[in-house]
This record gives sequence, structure tokens and C-alpha cells, in this order.
Amino acid sequence: MLRELQDAFRRGVLDGDGADACALIASDAIPAERRLAIYRNNTFGSLATVLRAAFPVVCRLVGEPFFRQAAAAFVRTAPPRVPQLLAYGDGFPAFLAGFPPARPLPYLSATASLEWARQEALFAADAVPLGADALAAVPPEAVAGLGFVLHPSARLVASRFPVLRIWQANRPENERVPRVDVNAGGEAVLVLRPDGAVHNHLLSPGDLALLRALGDGAPLAMAAAAAAAAAEPDFDLQGALAGHLTRGTFAGVQAHEERERVW
Amino acid sequence: MDTFRPDAIPARTGIGLRHTHMRDFVENPPAVGWIEVHSENYLGRGGPRNRALERIRRDYPMSCHGVGLSLGSCEGLDRDHLARLRTLMDRFQPGLVSEHVSWSVTGGTYLNDLLPLPYTEEALAVICRNVDHAQAALGRRMLVENPSSYVSFPSSTMPEWDFMAEIARRTGCGILLDVNNIHVSAHNHRFDADRYLDGVPLDAVGEIHVAGHFVQRFDTETILIDDHGAPVAEPVWALLRRTLARLGPMPILVEWDTNIPELPVLLAEAAKAEALLDAVRPAEARHVA
Repeated sequence: MLRELQDAFRRGVLDGDGADACALIASDAIPAERRLAIYRNNTFGSLATVLRAAFPVVCRLVGEPFFRQAAAAFVRTAPPRVPQLLAYGDGFPAFLAGFPPARPLPYLSATASLEWARQEALFAADAVPLGADALAAVPPEAVAGLGFVLHPSARLVASRFPVLRIWQANRPENERVPRVDVNAGGEAVLVLRPDGAVHNHLLSPGDLALLRALGDGAPLAMAAAAAAAAAEPDFDLQGALAGHLTRGTFAGVQAHEERERVW
Repeated sequence: MDTFRPDAIPARTGIGLRHTHMRDFVENPPAVGWIEVHSENYLGRGGPRNRALERIRRDYPMSCHGVGLSLGSCEGLDRDHLARLRTLMDRFQPGLVSEHVSWSVTGGTYLNDLLPLPYTEEALAVICRNVDHAQAALGRRMLVENPSSYVSFPSSTMPEWDFMAEIARRTGCGILLDVNNIHVSAHNHRFDADRYLDGVPLDAVGEIHVAGHFVQRFDTETILIDDHGAPVAEPVWALLRRTLARLGPMPILVEWDTNIPELPVLLAEAAKAEALLDAVRPAEARHVA
């Protein structure tokens, strides 16, 4: 009995099919359907608010009414599976890519990906970043064989649109939205929270390839080759590495063979 | 000044700590007796929010109030979620842990609302089994909160207060008495709020909640919506006064979750509750404290 009731409620709340639930609810001067609708509004309203908090720039790009509609459509397709709403919304960028009403804004999904990367970075595990002096004790010939562990908050977002400029221009705190040429070429972004605040760093194609390869566990020499192959034959490995050590991109290094942290 | 004991929740007024007020709490800690947080908001692996809570926790007794465990689910509890909650408890050592007499998970889907149960023997058996499971997994006694609801089920065989009483009797858990919820449900289902106080085992009550609600009109009828988005309504203060007259001093929590105001507004609500507590404190205790 209870199973049927809970199942009927789910259909009534989520799928808008309230007939079975209403048959189980007392009706009086206020019909059962209107009573059930209170719960439906709570579920959709609260989940839209959760998504709105994680995707403020997407909301600004499309406007509140459109956002609420997109959120409702997403909730119907992919309701939360766990009662931990900080993690709800990871499928929203991909959903937007296939959401027909969003077609006029082809960069919307990429913008959502950047926002989700920031949300994940905000709540990722804390770790002390590897500092600029971390390699001082490593013999120069050994550096090429080292693997670099990305910081737990590090996320990579790459798009054929200038996703960082779009994000910056449409932040909710901007009173006026600067014009962005969405066809000005793609951008790749490293999102990082080495300490309290989340930062965006624009990456060159070579740097993106480097971090992707390091993230996959490749040693530095192999990752650098990948970077050079990614349309940056003159990739400045020294410069890139120094930059990442300053920003806090890495949480540790490991000797490639042993796969053990040496610091 | 009370001696600060981080483990115990005092018989004073606390407020629900919301993100918008965390900076105020860090920079200029207000004089409230204790704080309560929604457990599910602090399950991230790291980040500034958890760090701020650790900082605030040093200054206040704290209670963890869950909103996602779904004690009324017939499919049982999510073990991973319980494990995450246990980690949170171990980290913050809350003085009280509470959840709701409701459900929100079915078929592995989380509906993010506190949905009502029919008050039947079957539902009673389900929720008691789940409360037993939760208390064992968390290694401590919990409080369970009476819900507010907008529907009732003809299949129910007992009033809500009997249902609450039986959960407490069978599982040994305590009761978090939400007097706003009693008022809301009494209006929506046309029962006498004082009858509720007669029926619920007052010796099991370990905490009281108050909050604001919203009056929704349907033609000539009204339904009260428990949105925690307004000051506490006058009849709820009156019901709190009658509740305290029976219970004596008790930890009271003021909740505000939508249209959250500036902190001073919330503190003013807490001061009102504290005045009601003062009225039921023996005079000597007031002077010694």
C-alpha cells in the first residue's frame, strides 16, 4: 500500500499524472488535485531555485521565465537521485545542448559547463597546492619523468565559443553587459580553487592539452609532447609549468614508475 | 553568562544558520543561544562553506537538522547518505540530530519536499524500522519532527499525534515539536491544535521549532503553506506560549528559509521567543544564569 502511494505521488508530482495520487487523497472544499499541486509547486520551485543558484549566468542569458521552463524540463527528465543538492545539476549543461528552445543560443551549454565547473570547484576537497619551490630538490633530468597530480578543485572547460568572455560579460553583478562577439573563436578555461575563492584561468591550446594529459596520468615529457602536437609547436613548457605552480594547479607530483607521491 | 558547553543544546532560543548570514556570524557573532544547520548543505568534500561552519561551530552549540533522509520511505534508507551524515556528525559533534516524519525518496528519486505519510500501521512499521536504522548508523538518539501537510489520507487509521507517540515509544527517539507545523496542519485538516498537545508525549520533546507560513486562498477557502518565509504568526506565538506552559524551558529554534531577511530581523524573532522562555523559567534560575 505505502509503496503504491509513494509511487503514485512521484507520478503526480513529477510527471503531472495525478490521477492515482488524487484517488488516495481526501477531497473537500479544496479538490485533491489542487492540494497535490502544492507539492508539485514545492518540488519544481525548490529545484529550480537550486539550479538558479548554480547557473546564475545562464539564467541571466536566457531570463528568469525561460530559465524556470528549462529547469522544469530538466527536473522532469533527470530528477535528483541523491538528497545532496550541491551535486544536482551536473547533467544540466548537456541537457541544454539538446533542449530545442535553447537552439538560438548555441553557446549556452558551454557557459553552463563553465558554471558547473565552478560549482564543483567550490565544493571539491581541500588540498594544499604544490608551490613554486616544489621542484627545487628534483634533479633537472628527473623532472621530465614526473607525473603532476591536478588539484582536487581543478576543472577544464573548452569550447568553440569564447566561453570565458561570455561568462564574464553576463555575471549577475554586472550592471551593463559588454558586447561579446560569440564568433570570435573558442576558449579553454582552467577553473581552480587553491584556497577559498574559485578562479578562472584562460588556457592556450597547448596548455589545455598539457593539463589534460597530466590529468590522465601522463608524465611531464609525454604531456609536453601532447601540448606541442595541439597546434602549439613552440609551446613554452617552462613558462607554463611555472605559471601552474604559481596558481596552485597541482596538488602533488609522483615519480612515474612507482606511481607514488614523492613529496 | 551560561557556561558554554559545545555538546549540549541549551534551553534557549537558537536560529537556523543560513548561508547569507554566515559572514555575519564569522565577523560579528550575534548573541543567540545556539544554531541549527541543514545537514545536507554541508556534505561537500571541502570548500569555504564548510570551513566557515567550522569556525562558527567553535562559538555556538549546534544542532544538525536533516531534510533528505526520507525516514518514511518504504524502500528503506540510502546507506551512502547515512554514511555521509555520520561523517558530518563525527566532524561537527552536534548537540542534537533531527529529521522529519515524512518521506522524499521513492524509486531512487529524490523529490526535495517533505511529503506526507498516511497514518497506518504499515507506515508506522516502515518509519520505525528506518528510525532504528538511522539511530544505529549515526550512533545516537535522534529527534523526529511532526510535519506540516496539505493533504490527508482516508486510509489513515490514527491521528498524527498518536503516530508521533508510537514512533517515540517504539524506537526511543525524541520529538522535535514544530508548533508552526501543528498550527498549519490544524488549520488545513481542521483539528484542534491543543488536542495535538494533549496527544503527543511531552516528555519525549527535546526541541521546538517556530517559523512563518503563508496563507493561500482557494476561492472561499484558505490553506496554510509552511514556507518559512515570514515572521512567526501571532497564533503560532500563542500556541508556543501554551506549549511552554506545559513543557517548561526547552530549546527553541526560529527557522526562516525563503525571502530570508537581514540577520537583525531574525534576531528580533529569536528575542521574542526568548522572552517567552523567560516567562516559564523559575525566577532564581534567571538570576543565576
